[in-house]
Amino acid sequence: MIFAVISGFLSAALLPLFSKINKNLVPKVYPFVPLGIFVYLLYLMPSVLQEGSLMWNYPWVPSFGVDLVFRLDGLSLLFGLLITGIGTLVFFYTSYYLKGDEYLDRFYGYLSMFMAAMLGLVFSDNLICLFVFWELTSISSFFLIGYKNNDPSSRKSALTALGITGFGGLVLLAGLIWMGFVSGTFSFTELITTPEVFREHSSYIWIVVMVFVGAFTKSAQFPFHFWLPGAMKAPTPVSTYLHSATMVKAGIYLLARFTPILGGTAIWQETLIIVGGITMLFAAVHSLFRTDLKSILAYSTISALGILVFLLGVGTQDALLGAGLFILTHALYKATLFLITGIIDHETGTREVTRLAGLQKVMKPVAFAGYLAALSSAGVPMFLGFISKEIMYEGVFHSSSLAWVLTAALVITKVILFVAGFWVGVKPFSGNLPAEYQKVHLPNPLLWVPPCILAVLCLLFGVLPAVLDGFVQAVFISLVPEAPEIHLAIWHGFNWILGMSLVTLALGFGLYLFFKPSTNLILKTQTFDNLSPINIAESGGRIFKAFAWKWTGFFQNGYLRNYVITILLFLTVLAGYRLYDGVDIHLDWNQISQITPSEFLVVVLMVASIFFALITKTRTGVIVALGIVGLANCLFFLYYSAPDLAMTQFSIDTLTVLLFMLVLVQLPRNRSFSSRKVRLRDGFLSLMFGSLIAILALEVFEAPSYTEVSDYYAENAYILAKGKNVVNVILVDFRGIDTMVETVVLVIAAIGVFSLLNLNLNPFKKN
Amino acid sequence: MELLLIFIIGLLHAAGIYMLLRRSMFKMIIGLIFLGNGVNLLIFLLGRLVKGKPPVIDEASKVFTDIYADPVPQALILTAIVIGFGLQSFAIILIKRVYKVLETDDLDELNSTDEEI
Amino acid sequence: MKSLIFQTASKYLLPLLLLFSVFILLRGHYLPGGGFVGGLMAAIAFILHSFAFGLKETRSIVRLNPRYLMPIGLALSIMAAVSPWLVNLPVMTGLWYDEPIKLIGMVGSALVFDIGVYLVVIGSTLTIMFSITDTI
Repeated sequence: MIFAVISGFLSAALLPLFSKINKNLVPKVYPFVPLGIFVYLLYLMPSVLQEGSLMWNYPWVPSFGVDLVFRLDGLSLLFGLLITGIGTLVFFYTSYYLKGDEYLDRFYGYLSMFMAAMLGLVFSDNLICLFVFWELTSISSFFLIGYKNNDPSSRKSALTALGITGFGGLVLLAGLIWMGFVSGTFSFTELITTPEVFREHSSYIWIVVMVFVGAFTKSAQFPFHFWLPGAMKAPTPVSTYLHSATMVKAGIYLLARFTPILGGTAIWQETLIIVGGITMLFAAVHSLFRTDLKSILAYSTISALGILVFLLGVGTQDALLGAGLFILTHALYKATLFLITGIIDHETGTREVTRLAGLQKVMKPVAFAGYLAALSSAGVPMFLGFISKEIMYEGVFHSSSLAWVLTAALVITKVILFVAGFWVGVKPFSGNLPAEYQKVHLPNPLLWVPPCILAVLCLLFGVLPAVLDGFVQAVFISLVPEAPEIHLAIWHGFNWILGMSLVTLALGFGLYLFFKPSTNLILKTQTFDNLSPINIAESGGRIFKAFAWKWTGFFQNGYLRNYVITILLFLTVLAGYRLYDGVDIHLDWNQISQITPSEFLVVVLMVASIFFALITKTRTGVIVALGIVGLANCLFFLYYSAPDLAMTQFSIDTLTVLLFMLVLVQLPRNRSFSSRKVRLRDGFLSLMFGSLIAILALEVFEAPSYTEVSDYYAENAYILAKGKNVVNVILVDFRGIDTMVETVVLVIAAIGVFSLLNLNLNPFKKN
Repeated sequence: MELLLIFIIGLLHAAGIYMLLRRSMFKMIIGLIFLGNGVNLLIFLLGRLVKGKPPVIDEASKVFTDIYADPVPQALILTAIVIGFGLQSFAIILIKRVYKVLETDDLDELNSTDEEI
Repeated sequence: MKSLIFQTASKYLLPLLLLFSVFILLRGHYLPGGGFVGGLMAAIAFILHSFAFGLKETRSIVRLNPRYLMPIGLALSIMAAVSPWLVNLPVMTGLWYDEPIKLIGMVGSALVFDIGVYLVVIGSTLTIMFSITDTI
């Protein structure tokens, strides 16, 4: 199992090697990666149906309770099959769609990475692993949207998408960790046994909000929906794969997974109904005003995602079953529509729905796929779309007191989606072929076979829904633990639901006939752009940028002294405030040693040379003063029982003075740069800081000291390390590794000096 | 004596900071060295001053029989001194190099990004 | 600085100081001293010599480029640190030869470690000083 998940990462990592050997081989070999996993998942399917779920456990970071636990149940199997199945088709499709593209190998790398991340996401049983894979999907989506990296709008869309989903991811992480803290486990399997832990916890609302933000950003729910239409800048296979069939459903997956754990409360259900409802209506209406095929699909996808969230919110058993089934239905027909859009774009060079017509004459199989997909999307009987729509209506109709309103909203959405599906699946193919497209011909089978396979599945499952029974049952069980047995059927008898279905079909068809797509409408909607969430987000971004600019300009203006002053002021104020509270220092005069005349002399010498160094105008003077300060330091060490230090300080002092003298000759004369005022300010500041340090030193000095460590070293120096000079024993034995690292630092400094002096770094004298 | 040392520590810090705030790179390095000395003395002081009792065990015995100066701060400072030397030499060479390339010792004239050089 | 007195003095000072530095290094475990101080003293001895006679002269005495002392020293320290592994003890355990050796005293892995430090210090200090002198 772990191999199935990481094989995508492996193949992405091996890609550079592979493309070195033979670049053209990549598109021929890579489609077999998802195909292999797809077959493997099909092979596992019977045991999943029988046992409910399969587990694989690989320890990863046991100390944090983070393990690589993979769990395969109905829901994750559904997603796994979609990911690998549609993945296989998309991989094949791409090999022709982007044929000859310079970075085709890179594209496959991103796709494989995405596939692996997505599989990991749906199979993870551990919240933290889930989050890691979640972020990986955002990142690979970023690369794929920005695939045409020399197109600025493409880059911008990629950034927007990453910004929104990345933000959501961070919030989600907080939520997941919080969940872990509340329940003490990160495992789904364990969480699901104790849902009441959360519902009764005081931070329940926060956890729910965080999970919602994560899921809504990923699944493009209102008001975070705007990144998805922009993401359509990606090549069509990407839109098919990531932005309609799989990745955007990750948020739905998350919500569905958490429903048994966090759901069941009013906040959970009502928020989902409201957000999902707004999204599905809003996006559906939007899709009517688009003329670009991909934009229509983008908005209808958002609308479909809205329906899913809405159904999860309604939360009746039938609604959940409808959601599970709709995930499959939508993936099948929407992927088909995207793929044929890609073909149309590829062959005719346009995606303007107003200009396309009659293409069935030149590309029959594509038109066939388009019709089937559009019919399934519309929910015409004998198609999978019909069955899922029936169950959906059933679920919503028998829900709460507001069932009528909710059902009406769903019906309206469905009517509009009918139109959107027809515009993409039917409109370009029916009618008279315009003259300019007479020469268009059927492309390579690699392009048209994948949508046909998907379209036929839409029909097949619609005619023989019983094939899906076992599988859908498994999905149902993972959504509703105590699910009853189900049998999918085409015919449910004459009832309200059938009536609504018929009304939907009739209204949709009518709308399709009378409402024509046009570019005027799009212009009208643009007047509302100022209020749209994307604009609000963008202006927020601009304000943030301006603020960052000002902030950075103020604090990081490139003047060292400003940094130093900022830090010092902050420190002084902070520590000064504490001192303001009152320090009481009781010096124990017995502790303090006597001042001998020689020591006093050294102190005077030191003070004098420090002042001399501050005021003297000559470099040599400063260096001499520096040397004297070092020597005085050395004498202090000598007086107070640190002969090792004295020796080292003496040698270093000598070396430093020598070094300065050697370099000094090459430096310019000392100049006084700053004005009197500046010097006064600096003097004041440094005095403040100096006294602060002195006071702190006094305070610390006065506090009792702990000498356990020193005592341990001193007592064991000879017994354990056979040395009598404790300082040296600490250096070479007790803390030997530290010393070793320290010598490495010294070596690095030497290498740095050597290379600074010997490399030609002067940009003016290149030769 | 400790009080005098505390005074010196404060003075070294103040002088170090003052030098660090100058525009001359040369003075900046002097400031760094002063600060380093000040910090070394501070650590030394906090290990308590003991006169004439280095942390060396008598030849005849295996453990300390008398009081002794704290060896841990000494080991720390010894390391700090040597590392400090590495830092100083690198900094000195750096200003030398910068002066050679840009012919200035004034930090303010370095205040531009690479593109403008 | 090529004064006769300075030259004559440093001619004799070099071996003396070097001897002294080795002495400091070896006694480090029992009395004040050790690899750091010893290394610094040896470096100062060479630098003094180079001031008196010029860098070329000093280089010809040392033969070995001081740069190479750094990896040699590091390797010695690491060997001393890792060697206890060979006898199934944790890294950095002190290994000691039981009998003291004449002139040197007790010999053990800590001494090897200190010699490594000594070499690294000489190497890096001389590298720094010599490359500066070179570019004047």
